[in-house]
Amino acid sequence: MTGMQPQTTALFYGTELSSRLMLGTSQYPSPAILADAFRRSNAAVATVSVRREAAGQAAGEGFWRLVRELNVQILPNTAGCHSADEAVTTAQMARELFETDWVKLEVIGHADTLQPDPFELVTAARQLCQDGFKVFPYTTEDIILADRLLDAGCEVLMPWGAPIGTGLGIVNRYGLQSLRAQYPDVPMVIDAGLGLPSQAAEVMEMGYDAVLLNTAVAKAGDPAGMAEAFGMAVAAGQLARTADPMEPRNMAAPSTPLIGKAFLE
Amino acid sequence: MKIIINGENTEVQATALDQLLVELGYGDSRVATAVNGVFVAQGHRADCTLNEADRLEVVTPRQGG
Repeated sequence: MTGMQPQTTALFYGTELSSRLMLGTSQYPSPAILADAFRRSNAAVATVSVRREAAGQAAGEGFWRLVRELNVQILPNTAGCHSADEAVTTAQMARELFETDWVKLEVIGHADTLQPDPFELVTAARQLCQDGFKVFPYTTEDIILADRLLDAGCEVLMPWGAPIGTGLGIVNRYGLQSLRAQYPDVPMVIDAGLGLPSQAAEVMEMGYDAVLLNTAVAKAGDPAGMAEAFGMAVAAGQLARTADPMEPRNMAAPSTPLIGKAFLE
Repeated sequence: MKIIINGENTEVQATALDQLLVELGYGDSRVATAVNGVFVAQGHRADCTLNEADRLEVVTPRQGG
């Protein structure tokens, strides 16, 4: 590649990531396909969770080995939590299990939309930041909520593109543009709701720093192929952002010069 | 005594959390624990005494989005 290079690395809590794509690890047809999706997409982060396990089962141990072999940054989540207390305890258990202080903080407030509960989210974020966690809060495009989360100690924000698992893409473009413009120096990841690589490219063109997704890859007919497509789209969107896009205009302007055109009438 | 382990009523003998995990068969498995909604770190399990009707959660790594 020649010319202007995309800024391929991104900093989150002082950690430099080699790629701006973060991938979930859930819902894949098989562990082998999951591993292939990570390899082909060049994703730098894997989101994981903690769940109950009866004695004698080995699912947790097996998954732990698989995740470590991915050789990526691990980002445990608090998926399914509906209160600050529940999320804090889940984060503490995840920190011990996964040996990382990174946490994707989810505190769900509405069952149908999986919209975060902003009040519980801020409470949990403050407790976890004070406890030394590096909090990645799953939030909305709400600027006031963003302000409260930053005030609580978060150094990264993860606004949704659309409700989790919908694949609807960007449902509030204006809101996401406003959030990006309000906090130009805060690392932000679009988390959830994307369904197509073109949508990932679009949010990167808007100036977001990274994309986190799961269902759009895991539920594709060819998850590894879709993962690779998302990886390329994220890189393309970042390169386009770096390349300073032209300003749109309402009137047409010929791209071929008129000077020198033959007179044929 | 009876306690609630991962949502199931269970009769147990051990009262210390570290001994209870051995009794339940978790052995050296990679697990994290919480009692009555409060995280109990691995290094504090020996000091954690369980009582009748306590709620114990035992979790392991799992896929997530």
